[in-house]
Amino acid sequence: MTLGENTEVPALEVEGLSFSYSGKPVLQEVGLRLEAGQFTVLLGPNGAGKTTLFSLITRLYDRRVGSIHVGGYELRRDAVAAHARMGVVFQQPTLDLDLTVRQNLTYHAALHGMGPREARRRAEEQLQRVGLGESLKTRVRQLSGGQRRRVEIARGLLHRPRLLLLDEPTVGLDIAARRDLVERVHRLCVEEGVAVLWATHLIDEVYPEDRVVVLDAGRVRASGSVSEVLAASGATSIGEAFDTLTLGPAEVTI
Amino acid sequence: MNRYLHCLRGVVGRELLRFLHQRTRFVAALVRPLIWLFVFAAGFRMALGVAMTDPYKTYILYEVYIIPGLVGMIQLFNGMQSSLSMVYDREMGSMRVLLVSPFPRWYLLICKLLAGTMVSIVQVYVFLTIAWFYGIQAPVMGYLWILPALIVTGFMVGALGMLLSTFVKQLENFAGVMNFVIFPMFFLSSALYPLWRIREGSYLVYQIAALNPFTYAVEMIRFALYEQLNLEAVMIVVATTLVLLALAILGYNPARGMMARKGGGGD
Repeated sequence: MTLGENTEVPALEVEGLSFSYSGKPVLQEVGLRLEAGQFTVLLGPNGAGKTTLFSLITRLYDRRVGSIHVGGYELRRDAVAAHARMGVVFQQPTLDLDLTVRQNLTYHAALHGMGPREARRRAEEQLQRVGLGESLKTRVRQLSGGQRRRVEIARGLLHRPRLLLLDEPTVGLDIAARRDLVERVHRLCVEEGVAVLWATHLIDEVYPEDRVVVLDAGRVRASGSVSEVLAASGATSIGEAFDTLTLGPAEVTI
Repeated sequence: MNRYLHCLRGVVGRELLRFLHQRTRFVAALVRPLIWLFVFAAGFRMALGVAMTDPYKTYILYEVYIIPGLVGMIQLFNGMQSSLSMVYDREMGSMRVLLVSPFPRWYLLICKLLAGTMVSIVQVYVFLTIAWFYGIQAPVMGYLWILPALIVTGFMVGALGMLLSTFVKQLENFAGVMNFVIFPMFFLSSALYPLWRIREGSYLVYQIAALNPFTYAVEMIRFALYEQLNLEAVMIVVATTLVLLALAILGYNPARGMMARKGGGGD
């Protein structure tokens, strides 16, 4: 689906995005741009508006100001084409626990219009990629938290999207599983050339080569490569930069 | 076009698989009408014998009369249950998985409704089989005739449930909705007594029952089971279904609907 498409077009482009929830502004003038193969960390404390931003990009909410383009397609005007180009891993686990891994994946494939044979082939392919090739017939209930997340990532990539959105995917995982997941998705991003938007409030999930967007109280405080964000905030580490940008200078001294 | 069929197959397949895994739900769905049939109807047989009335060609036992109403009850409960699962799915996030599919939202919702309807039809046929062995037997072709009636009824109660699910914020509120929707719809209909009989008892209840779309769903099933077409009932049920469906789709519209104000989760 993505072959032959113009890779010059950004995988995701958000411009001037504002959204209010019962009169209270949640997002104000948010802008982002993700190119193919870029791993972008959306860094923000709880309540910054990260999930709201995800809900808007996935079009669960649609009352907004501003524009969202996925692979060059405007989300509202070309919803079908835009949705076909994004894969999503939601914050809450969304697998059917009583069904097998394969049944979960083929359901998702059907939601993207794939036939059963194609679905099986891709399910096997993607599961291999996330190191779960043996688990096709396993019930999801029997998998660990980290494995379930990997199944969700395989599911998100099943229809070969250009953009993979992950909303705090490491919530509830132990340290080893978390590190493993961060590492795997970074690798996928390079190997598949897919653009990744990874929301988190955990600064140790940021790799030096990543791009960073710092969101706080519904506004983008800084964005760019790690070094650009450091320069802009006058900090020496990304943790310090995060504190400076999200807490304000007075509180950083703690 | 093929892609649309794959999508439909996927949604229906998932619902059936989930249903097979929920044995308690299946048992509960069957026990409910069977208790009505074996206990309630058998006990009231003497008191409530039903005189000759369409579409029956002869005097019938109360157990025979109550069957289409119980079929409707199975579908009504199932429709509400699938909307309950939509509220649950929305809280748990799997509704989002459905809604980020590239297919148009109205199509996804119709797939979801058809899936729930299929599950209810499986339950109905199992129930009718048990009733058959119990001795309540309709003409064989009647069991085929009711299939389209079951599909329309399944859509009607499913769309009603879907519409309700857009109003219900959380799972906990749902019990109330069940009480205020299922019970009045079932009791204030021709499921348990024919309309003329209700009229003898209370004119007000009769009027309500005559306005209740569920009455017409039950009558449509009743006539179909005896190889007859009750056109008036069919038209009322189809019209009600279309209105409810349109409202439910509107309710799930991201721009105008309730989803815009809810969706839950995270910050």
